[in-house]
Amino acid sequence: MSTTVEQPRQFCTLGGQQSVLAIDRAIPIVHGGPGCSGKIFSGMSFFNGFQGSGYAGGNAVPGTNSCEKDIVFGGEQRLREVIDGALKVMDGDLFVVLTGCTADLVGDDTATVVSEYRERGVPIVHASTGGFKGYSYLGHELVVEAIIDQFLEPADEIVPNLVNVWSVIPYQDTFWAGNLKAIRELLEGIGLDVNILFGHDSGGVSSWKRIPSAAFNLVLAPWTGISIAKKLQQRFQTPFLHYPVLPIGAVETSRFLRTIAEYAHLPTARVDEFIVRREDHFYHYLDRAADFFMEMRWDLPARFINISDSILNLAVSRFLVNELSMQPGRQFVTDEPPEQYRDELRAHFATLNEKVSAEIVFSNDSDTISRQINDKGHDLPSLIIGSGWDRDVAKRIGGYHLSIALPVSDRLVLDRAYVGYEGGLRLIEDIYGAVLATY
Amino acid sequence: MPLVNIANSNLSTREQRLGSIVSFEGLASELAEQSRTGSLQDRPRTFTQVSSCASSCAICLLSLIQDAAVVNHAPLGCAGDFSMFNLVNRYGQVKRGLTPTNARLVSSNLNESDAIFGGSVKLEQAIRDAFDRFHPKAIFVTASCASAITGEDIDSVTEQLEEELGIPIATVHCEGFRSKVWTTGFDAAYHAILRKIVRPAVQKRPEVVNVITFWGEDVFSELFNKIGLEANLIVPFADIDRISRLSESGATVQMCSTLGTYLAAGLEELHGVPEVKAPPPYGLSGTDAWLRALGRTLHKEREVEQLIADEHAAIADELEELRGQLKGLTGYVAAGSVHGHSLAAVLRELGMNVAGGCFWHHDPKFDNQDPAADSLEHLVKQYGDVPVSICNKQAYELINQLRRIQPDVFVVRHPGMAVWGGKLGIPTFLVEDEHFALAYRGLLRFGHKIAEAVNNPSFYRHLAQHARLPYTDWWKQQSAGTFMEAAR
Repeated sequence: MSTTVEQPRQFCTLGGQQSVLAIDRAIPIVHGGPGCSGKIFSGMSFFNGFQGSGYAGGNAVPGTNSCEKDIVFGGEQRLREVIDGALKVMDGDLFVVLTGCTADLVGDDTATVVSEYRERGVPIVHASTGGFKGYSYLGHELVVEAIIDQFLEPADEIVPNLVNVWSVIPYQDTFWAGNLKAIRELLEGIGLDVNILFGHDSGGVSSWKRIPSAAFNLVLAPWTGISIAKKLQQRFQTPFLHYPVLPIGAVETSRFLRTIAEYAHLPTARVDEFIVRREDHFYHYLDRAADFFMEMRWDLPARFINISDSILNLAVSRFLVNELSMQPGRQFVTDEPPEQYRDELRAHFATLNEKVSAEIVFSNDSDTISRQINDKGHDLPSLIIGSGWDRDVAKRIGGYHLSIALPVSDRLVLDRAYVGYEGGLRLIEDIYGAVLATY
Repeated sequence: MPLVNIANSNLSTREQRLGSIVSFEGLASELAEQSRTGSLQDRPRTFTQVSSCASSCAICLLSLIQDAAVVNHAPLGCAGDFSMFNLVNRYGQVKRGLTPTNARLVSSNLNESDAIFGGSVKLEQAIRDAFDRFHPKAIFVTASCASAITGEDIDSVTEQLEEELGIPIATVHCEGFRSKVWTTGFDAAYHAILRKIVRPAVQKRPEVVNVITFWGEDVFSELFNKIGLEANLIVPFADIDRISRLSESGATVQMCSTLGTYLAAGLEELHGVPEVKAPPPYGLSGTDAWLRALGRTLHKEREVEQLIADEHAAIADELEELRGQLKGLTGYVAAGSVHGHSLAAVLRELGMNVAGGCFWHHDPKFDNQDPAADSLEHLVKQYGDVPVSICNKQAYELINQLRRIQPDVFVVRHPGMAVWGGKLGIPTFLVEDEHFALAYRGLLRFGHKIAEAVNNPSFYRHLAQHARLPYTDWWKQQSAGTFMEAAR
């Protein structure tokens, strides 16, 4: 296996900076070299759907811009200067100090510096995110766990039906804002009180303070977020449900909602009524598109190849197989899942439905991936659902291409969602829009 | 002491070589005066927002060389700008009539165990991968904070593989923490090029002029052809063979000494290619002076005078009309040092007022040590004084400058800074193509763009009504330089 990475689809643990920025009025403070924060912003936000600076991102992020002196003599005093300034200049509800390689390698005691402020009542936490420690997915978990450990207090009472949602990762999932909003609408539709935590209308820090009072945590991803849920179980005794498939389209979304409803003991009448109404909407439009599917089938791609993280890859694969009868080619999972989750992921892909399975390859190196994409498969062009990097490989095999995974460098993304019933319709529109645009 | 030490992969920073600074508040004339007399001092800020680092500058230039490959010896986050440079590459390839392809960039992907046990095995693997995948004519290895702090000996790996693989493999010292001035990264890239790529000239080609640029459109060839010269745009979109023969050219010109100071001076020092020392070619007066200096260097005085006369005549009517349209408007400029001076000059030539400028850093001199290339002095002498700040891309300072000045238009050259003008409701124009305002026709293009930006500001008005700024009310009342240490 190659350790070299060409055309990255995720970055280092400092990527957790973008998770901080996804919390309304939370402000990261980067204790690292002068370029780290900007590189993360460029890769995860700007050239990924052109998501932008937002409230306090991009060049607004406070940072120590560590230089030679801070490496030689230590950077703790410099960090204090920047925190002092940030508290005066920046208008925020929560400050999260994130370390880069420099501070972590020279051994600055960032935790102690930050705890001095916390003891004075400042809403500030610290996550050790030096980039050599891992990838953005871990960075996200480190940030969330830092806030849980250093900012939250146990709740006086548990709010029935309140659920914290841990699912797609802000900015790493280009469509996170829309997807999280869609998850909220679905779960509210069946009667839950939904705590989403990220996004401009999520309630910011006040939603984080509600975390300990939840009845349960929902981990809606194959593996990301499990460690967060375990931490919450340990700290606040909150149980969690792990549902690995991010639901896209009617089949998956109805299955998902019924599972949640059963777990949370929700009244079935309301759940059924919601599902029937939404399925009716979904299939009305699929029915309308039936002419298109029947008559254009001669040239529509039958085989699809996903190049995306385990969350999107599994979700899109199940949708295309179960809703549109497409055939999976080899699927490329790019988020380097920890070893203990890999067999389970293989099992999910082995049973996309009763008859259809897909082989998966774990790699985050584009050369390794593109070498394994060669044939057309029954002479029909394949559909490659990946990132902006994959335009060239699609062209090489004469296939179609849609970017939905980082870096989405060829689309402007606002609040589009692929999750749920509506999300399924959007994904169908986008896939066949990309196909039709090539004629 | 010679500038370029080709025996050493390392080079000194801009602070060390040029006395560069990243903070200043005052008049342009004061900045120029202190630069000239050597009394300029940095005023470190206590509070800072994130800036940029040398590695981005180095990777940018090197990844745009069409048959080279770049190995970033770093954890994966340092590859955060790969997609940016990939798009810059594809975009520029189309502009220059090349087929768009993905950039040849890889990361050695350092992790925790490499930080403890060393990453030289991974570096070797990454270099071999780059060689096998891209069949490059040269490989540049860019160092990172992590590789430097853990004490990686990159040179021993590159030297060994250079011998084995038979192509130049250069170490590029662009570690982010080494310099407060991220343009040191340009110098680091050029140092690698001067050490490993440029060969002594076998045959001189006096009609060829090296033009040090980024990715902008080629506006030079047409101008130069008119005076019997050939523009050789470097280093983006050139190939290794062309770069290896930079020594053959008759002269080197720059459109921005912030970018090209080290390469231009290095080519003169090592290979005797004269550097044309002049203010940058923006605005009538700058362009005239720049062309005349080029004409003097290559004995094309007569042709240059004719060109100047023709170009002035060709744009005169349209320029007059534009000046009428833009008269009375006030502009504010934020850009990298010399390019900022150039954009301020262009606004003045278009008949506008310049209420101020904030420039990312300042080099009190350039590597050629020649005051003839002093773009700030040129600005002050030609167009009068103007308040300036050296802001190191500090958005919180910029916001207060803009709120105070409320210009009619905000002109920016650098991603990440434009948005703050827009959020304040100020029509904002990002100069993506650094040649957009260049020379005579550029003046017109730029003028029309400004006219468009101020003509229909409805987008900005709505944005300002709804945008939230992340600053406290206290900060909004302070002067921009509050966190700079007092001048000594």
